[in-house]
Amino acid sequence: MRAADALMEALKAEGVEHIFGIPGGANLPIYDAVHDADLDHIQARHEQGAGHMAEGYAKASGRVGVAFATSGPGATNLITPIADAMLDSVPTVFITGQVRTDLIGTDGFQEADVNGITMPIVKHSFMVQDPRHIPDYIHEAFHIASTGRPGPVLVDVPQDLSRADIEYEPITDTPNLPGYKPSTEGNIKQIRIAARALANAQRPIIYAGGGVINGNASEELRELCASDNFPVTCTLMGLGGFRASDEQWLGMLGMHGTRTANYAMDNADLIVNIGARFDDRITGKLSEFAPRAKFVHIDIDPAEISKNVPAHIPIVGDVKEVLPKLVKEYRASQADSSRLDAWWEQLHAWQQEYPLGYEDSDDSEIKPQKMIQAMFAATEGDAIITSDVGQHQMWAAQYYGFDKPRRWINSGGLGTMGFGLPSAIGAKVAQPDETVVCLAGDGSLIMTCQELATAVRHEIPVKVFLMNNGYFGMVRQWQELFWDGRYSSVEMGPSPDWPKLAEAFGARGMMVDDKNEVEGAMRDALTSEGPVLLDVRVTKEENCYPMIPAGAAARDMVG
Amino acid sequence: MEAGTPDLINLEDLDAAAGALTGRKHVVSILVENRPGVLARIAGLFSRRGFNIDTLAVGPTEDPEISRITLTVDGAVHPIDQVTKQLHKLVNVIKIRDMEPGETIAREMALFKVSAPIESRAEIMQFAEIFRAKIVDVSRRSLTIEVTGSADKIEAFERMIRPHGLIEMVRTGEIAIARSKSDN
Repeated sequence: MRAADALMEALKAEGVEHIFGIPGGANLPIYDAVHDADLDHIQARHEQGAGHMAEGYAKASGRVGVAFATSGPGATNLITPIADAMLDSVPTVFITGQVRTDLIGTDGFQEADVNGITMPIVKHSFMVQDPRHIPDYIHEAFHIASTGRPGPVLVDVPQDLSRADIEYEPITDTPNLPGYKPSTEGNIKQIRIAARALANAQRPIIYAGGGVINGNASEELRELCASDNFPVTCTLMGLGGFRASDEQWLGMLGMHGTRTANYAMDNADLIVNIGARFDDRITGKLSEFAPRAKFVHIDIDPAEISKNVPAHIPIVGDVKEVLPKLVKEYRASQADSSRLDAWWEQLHAWQQEYPLGYEDSDDSEIKPQKMIQAMFAATEGDAIITSDVGQHQMWAAQYYGFDKPRRWINSGGLGTMGFGLPSAIGAKVAQPDETVVCLAGDGSLIMTCQELATAVRHEIPVKVFLMNNGYFGMVRQWQELFWDGRYSSVEMGPSPDWPKLAEAFGARGMMVDDKNEVEGAMRDALTSEGPVLLDVRVTKEENCYPMIPAGAAARDMVG
Repeated sequence: MEAGTPDLINLEDLDAAAGALTGRKHVVSILVENRPGVLARIAGLFSRRGFNIDTLAVGPTEDPEISRITLTVDGAVHPIDQVTKQLHKLVNVIKIRDMEPGETIAREMALFKVSAPIESRAEIMQFAEIFRAKIVDVSRRSLTIEVTGSADKIEAFERMIRPHGLIEMVRTGEIAIARSKSDN
């Protein structure tokens, strides 16, 4: 069998149904094999788009997302999605064509050392040197991408090797990788100590991150939180891991989190970190972070534990396996729930004093926060929302209460502008029965707006709600607040006529600039067939509050 | 009020251990799959995490599928705990051992080319003898000396020889093996 066909068989053996990609010279044999492979191939318009589609697919479904690109520029265009998938632990496999083996190292046409370039931003990578290895490598790539802490795996396939004639036999056993054995179960002694710490804590807080989503453990998290009256906060990546409508929910924490969540961290005596990583957007000034707290840190990646904040009780394991054991041990402790009353009194006082809020306009002007609330109403709080990066992303995190996991798809770690539209396409492919909305920023959308063509061509009915304020809004906010208001290249100036642009791509274009019409326009967009771009003209210079200024401590939140 | 039971508070000792600096040189012995690009992955990991490798030695082991990388890292500057955890994340890394100084035999080899005119030659040869070094090449103006031993010994030899005019020095970087446990 031709190696390229064996590659397709190996992908199908891994359960792949959809692939996102763009053909080129070096992956001609691979695309020739796509022809007969009975796989749904979504042709993107830029490899970055293909990569983010694979990520959106993976984030919405929990399955491995796959993207193809050719050598050289095709492969380098994948760099941003690969780095994005690394920082957000997204299970993805990227398969790049490479120049012929006799050209490697000669600066051949469309040659780039993608294996070398991506080494710092992949979980692992394979450079095919023997075509007989291709099925094994694919099998190993999927195993590595999807187990342990998930992440991107690259397989680079030279053009001539993908034309080689090889034997193909389906592989069913788990790959034997001597250096790769993620430990998942969690040390029971440590779990017992953690349960005792919880039982003794007067001011505990559960701080959950993307690990809960990646580990499909939101039900287990709910169980833990139901085992006593523990207050809960989630990171940007963890939103939806715990029900935002729950009484125990304090809101998101971190730079644009709620005051209550951040003050709770600042005053807690025990912080139970579940699949989060004490990122700098969470801790603010590290030396002043949570000064009164002891830390339990549960993570599948041992290197995350004590990386930024030393853990008093480290637990290496899969949260889905660890949490039920922790619940069991905690219940056995028969801790007196009333010890938390004083703590809740304090938390409720903060909630009352510092609710999330904004001043609505007196006229018809649409406040951006209002737009998010309208989006929540129009989607009945039950859509998959993908987001670009910036103010709109933070407002959505604040004002769109996510009750279910895998509903909030955004680029948290790398902070990739332009992530929203392609990831929405990927998410819709993964979950065709769900409503998928891309909440875009005007600065972000223009970076990947060519993927509207992909949505139209493949009839993928994503709805783009564009929060249009005419600025790189978050950068503008920082220049206003911390750089003496000296605006430097943050105004978008003449932007495209967005509805017309959408129409030029063959999608439906709409515009709304009256706050009383936003929700109706959104409902219209949601019920119309096919991809829609709704240009929502919001207040130009609104700031996203509250915030922890960079380098400050949580207690020094402003706004 | 502190959370937890007294033995929890004892665990505060972890504060010191976790992510902290040990203040000494560490010899880290790494078994890796003998695959292309493994050394690049390890070197890349060190550079992007901001860790410095002081010395590095790579060679085969008794198993042709597996190579050993021995490197030394300054634990006064880098958190060894983070270094080894990050190394563990590399799929081709099979095993890492942070060698215990008291239970390790570490050796390095160095070659010194020393300016050795007739009048100082005897003295240099005497140093070589004291250090159990070997003279491996002789010319009219210079001697080339091979020294094997711990890094300390090689550095001591260098200090002795340098005033005579050190023309060139080559060091291999340390390799290390654990001492066998005594049988009783």
